[in-house]
Amino acid sequence: MSSNLKKIKDTAEPGRRSFLSKLWLGLGLVVFAESIGVVFAFLRPRKPRTSEGGFGSIITAGPVGDFEPNSVTAIVRGHFYLACLEDGGFLALSRKCTHLGCTVPWDSKNNQFTCPCHASVFDIKGNVISPPAPRALDIYPVTIENEIIKVDTRKPIRRSEFRPEQVMYAKRI
Amino acid sequence: MTYNLNGFFSRIRHSIIRGPVYPQTEQECKRIITDSLILHFRPRTVPEPALKFSLTWGLGGMALVLVMLLALTGILLKFVYVPLPGKAYESILVLQNEVWFGQLIRNIHHWCANLLVIVVFLHMLRVFFTGAFHSPRRFNWIIGLFLLFFVLISNFTGYLLPWDQLAFWAITICTGMVEYIPGVGTWLQKMLRSGPEIGPAALLMFYTFHTAILPVCLLICMAFHFWRVRKAGGVIIPASLDDQSDTKPGYVPTIPNLVLRELTVALVLVAFILVFSILFDAPLESPANPGMSPNPAKAPWYFMGIQELLMHFHPVFAVLIIPVLVTGTLILLPYLTYQSNRRTGGVWFFSRKGRRMGIVAAITALVITPPAIITDEYFMNFTASIPGLPTLISNGFFPAAIILAGITGFHRLIKRKYNASTNETIQTLFILLLVSFIILTVTGIWFRGPGMALTWPWNPELSSS
Repeated sequence: MSSNLKKIKDTAEPGRRSFLSKLWLGLGLVVFAESIGVVFAFLRPRKPRTSEGGFGSIITAGPVGDFEPNSVTAIVRGHFYLACLEDGGFLALSRKCTHLGCTVPWDSKNNQFTCPCHASVFDIKGNVISPPAPRALDIYPVTIENEIIKVDTRKPIRRSEFRPEQVMYAKRI
Repeated sequence: MTYNLNGFFSRIRHSIIRGPVYPQTEQECKRIITDSLILHFRPRTVPEPALKFSLTWGLGGMALVLVMLLALTGILLKFVYVPLPGKAYESILVLQNEVWFGQLIRNIHHWCANLLVIVVFLHMLRVFFTGAFHSPRRFNWIIGLFLLFFVLISNFTGYLLPWDQLAFWAITICTGMVEYIPGVGTWLQKMLRSGPEIGPAALLMFYTFHTAILPVCLLICMAFHFWRVRKAGGVIIPASLDDQSDTKPGYVPTIPNLVLRELTVALVLVAFILVFSILFDAPLESPANPGMSPNPAKAPWYFMGIQELLMHFHPVFAVLIIPVLVTGTLILLPYLTYQSNRRTGGVWFFSRKGRRMGIVAAITALVITPPAIITDEYFMNFTASIPGLPTLISNGFFPAAIILAGITGFHRLIKRKYNASTNETIQTLFILLLVSFIILTVTGIWFRGPGMALTWPWNPELSSS
């Protein structure tokens, strides 16, 4: 009788024991996963602080009349170039090369952007003339109110190539 | 009273040093040796052939010495360096101009870090070419790859810290490469840069990785690595040349035979580093200017091979597919099926045939790679010659397929010509790729000038920029 009881105990206990140890193991894994989640959330990039009128805010580039057609002006505080196309339309081009992120200088002699890092070449509209850059320069939305050009540098717009609807025109009176 | 005081001091002494300080008898001598701390890390005796310098070239020991030098100089640098974009460059100037031996400490840290990459890489080659990656050393090869990875990442994170033009743009380019990883690229790049552009958060993160996380990772992997060396029975020793005699090699005491040799290598290395650091200053360019990329802007030299790949392949191939394939192959290397039943561990290049095939592979790579670079640079434009296809196919898939076909053809040819074993064939292909990679790296470092155009290293344009 007593040996029989022991037998039942022996078979019953391992089940309970293994269940409990699995439970502990599971809890341990949950703790581990939570900690990983906390670490990643902690390290998540914060929104960079932007000063009014600096990169990451809405920047006033100037009155329409200040820009000659077929010219490119660097707006240094906004990290972009304001391109005035031949027909008087405006494009705000990011200065970041789409290949690996170098800053592209405007070469006014040849009327093109030439990246110093891997020799990508872009035209005044930001289109790729020569690879390795895979797509046209990013643009920022341009608005023109009362003949004053404003550029929203909060988020660049990725594009594969130039299209006419990206250009902003001042209303002719 | 005197007696009591003596007893008091001897109690203190015995609590610190367990054995007698000045051994009188032979018994005591032996006890000191077996109790000593050194023999906690080293076996009591080592096989005599293991002492031969040309077996290992002392590269593992050198790596350890360099890591220790890096830790010591790195801690000193932490007393002066400020990880803030406005202050970092200034603190380097203070270090160099106002702190006693500041320039020297920075130079030692800089040159040790660069030499460590070379030494660790050569150590990997030594292990491969002496066949020291088969069982029971298989997993230690993997740990070694992790160590190589951590050394590279440590170097890379340290590269940004001076916050000069060189640092800023090298890190911009390298984190720019990450963007091309399909799916997670943009997210990963944002994590690495702690934002859309490299700024204060990125510098602080690189600093934390460089000075806290990576040293701990390195330390853990190193301890594991050394322990597995001990468990595998020490460094690999060539089997006796005539297969019949199975005589065990003679054993000699570790102290002084091995320890003295290690000390000698360490001291020569330290002396070399010191002289080199006195003669050559670590580079420091003008402060970082996010508005102006220098021309040319290059990655750190150990990533120049990948940057050179970028000149020839679509980025997805250059920064993802090719590196992943190479890393995967390196990881699988010890687990492939090798048909040799001969004990060949410890023999350089496996066999005489292996050596001959290796020379053929090295010459092939030397003859083919430079013309391939020049052809792709000036005469061949995959994107233009195959219009209507995405560049991923025309400038990625096609050149990769051509190279793969070339490697397969070479493999067939050499296998048939030499009737070689798997060990010899794999070693030959390894040499082919290794030499090609070294040529790509050398091209990137010395043969790329302004606008990343091919140029001669002695071109005055390069030195003036």
